Amino acid sequence: MSDIVISVRNLTKCFGDFVAVDHISFDVYRGEIFGFLGANGAGKTTAMRMLCGLSFPTSGEGSVAGCDVQCEGERIKRHIGYMSQRFSLYNDLSVWENMDLFAGIYGLSKKETAERAAELLAKLDFVSERDTLVGALPLGWKQKLSFAIATIHRPEVVFLDEPTGGVDPVTRRQFWEMIYEAADAGTTIFVTTHYMDEAEYCSRVSIMVDGVVRALDTPARLKQQFAAGSMDEVFRILARGARRGE
Amino acid sequence: MNAIDIQSLSKRFGRVQALDAVSFSVGKGELFGLIGPDGAGKTTLFRLLTTLLTPNSGTASVDGFDIVNDYLSIRSRVGYMPGRFSLYPDLTVEENLDFFAALFGVRARESYDLVAPIYKQIEPFRKRRAGKLSGGMKQKLALSCALIHRPSVLFLDEPTTGVDAVSRSEFWDMLASLQQKGITILVSTPYMDEASRCDRIALCNEGHILGIDTPNDIVRRFDAPLYAVRASNMYALLSAARRIEGVAECYPFGEVHHLVTDRGFDPSRFLGQLNELDDLSIEPVVPTIEDIFIKWMKR
Repeated sequence: MSDIVISVRNLTKCFGDFVAVDHISFDVYRGEIFGFLGANGAGKTTAMRMLCGLSFPTSGEGSVAGCDVQCEGERIKRHIGYMSQRFSLYNDLSVWENMDLFAGIYGLSKKETAERAAELLAKLDFVSERDTLVGALPLGWKQKLSFAIATIHRPEVVFLDEPTGGVDPVTRRQFWEMIYEAADAGTTIFVTTHYMDEAEYCSRVSIMVDGVVRALDTPARLKQQFAAGSMDEVFRILARGARRGE
Repeated sequence: MNAIDIQSLSKRFGRVQALDAVSFSVGKGELFGLIGPDGAGKTTLFRLLTTLLTPNSGTASVDGFDIVNDYLSIRSRVGYMPGRFSLYPDLTVEENLDFFAALFGVRARESYDLVAPIYKQIEPFRKRRAGKLSGGMKQKLALSCALIHRPSVLFLDEPTTGVDAVSRSEFWDMLASLQQKGITILVSTPYMDEASRCDRIALCNEGHILGIDTPNDIVRRFDAPLYAVRASNMYALLSAARRIEGVAECYPFGEVHHLVTDRGFDPSRFLGQLNELDDLSIEPVVPTIEDIFIKWMKR
């Protein structure tokens, strides 16, 4: 049996009378690329915030990288990687300074930082760009660097929130190859996207509608289940029934 | 006369050449799409055509009026929906609409027939402040406000970015109905799959236009054999396929990988060379807009 990295049972979040996330349950296994999809307003962001230790559930339980989502928010943050939609490195710092800064935030020692930075620079083929200001890098390189820095503390799971929005088709694919490679090396990937072709790259996909997980399986089995030719069709079939605007 | 005429238009910001000698025309009543990623120059082009910026060189006209000399005439006859929500969050839905109508010296009631199909969807919330609307509703209000003075040309900068697949599709249905009323529409999007909803498209990247054509004809310009390949281990297939002679490119494409090859490529030989991969298959496929974009980007 595979290792479980994320496990949630009946996870629920209410804001007043509004049930943003309504008893969701699922497991994510080690080394999986788990696609987390949903229409606007389905509750994706709220669910993801709970998994990242940024918000506590109203009820239900869950664990992320061995930490309890009910009471160990701070511990979760140290055990996960996170890359947001918007490029969030410091443009006025060099490649190495960004690595040093984030390594420091995650509590790596000077020695660990030096080793890990050297390793990532070599892997990215960035050794010659060590002292280049991040703002001067092409978009594709920035994306790769963001992902590398999100994994600088070797988290068990990395959360990627729409990492490829507005990115050109070549860079988008380079980015996905990096995700494939990380997953192949055992890192668990939890990713949201609006591009349905990217849903096909995931090991398994969950689709949220109106706060509930309405479908969860491999892309191939979802297409079979909904008699659809593509994940785009599967998504449309499910999202069309959504009652919540956003 | 064309609705939009652009001749070698260039715009530079410091060392960044945002737009580099771009030329094209948009016919009256046409739904024309600018398709490209961030940094392609789409927003700069919109701001030049709506007279919010002046070019470093080149000329352009909208509805026959020059974007530099006749800017005031242009402003009254175009509608512009910027990429960022730019209505007044503290005004209600209704107040925003009335405000924009007043700016253009019209009454909201007089244009109601034009905006009704869109505005009706948010009318139940007309007393709500615009800042409290959902993303989809803000988008509809912004479009209503851009239409309130019955513009002849409508500029929409990435109206569907960050919007889910179903809402995106509905938005394009709305544009099609506006086009029926004779409005010329220039719309930009980073989503290649939206290209088919346009009469013609321009693929753009880093300040350049890579090519312009109808969605059907642009993919016919893909000038190499293209195959879809799959195997049980898709990641292993990617690197293995790239090592095979005759394979020019192999890249992920949804549930398959696309393989661009030389003319002499033999698919059955390819299968033989990679027989260590389980469930390997290969079949010829028709190129999509995304394939041609990738090809032209690497040109």
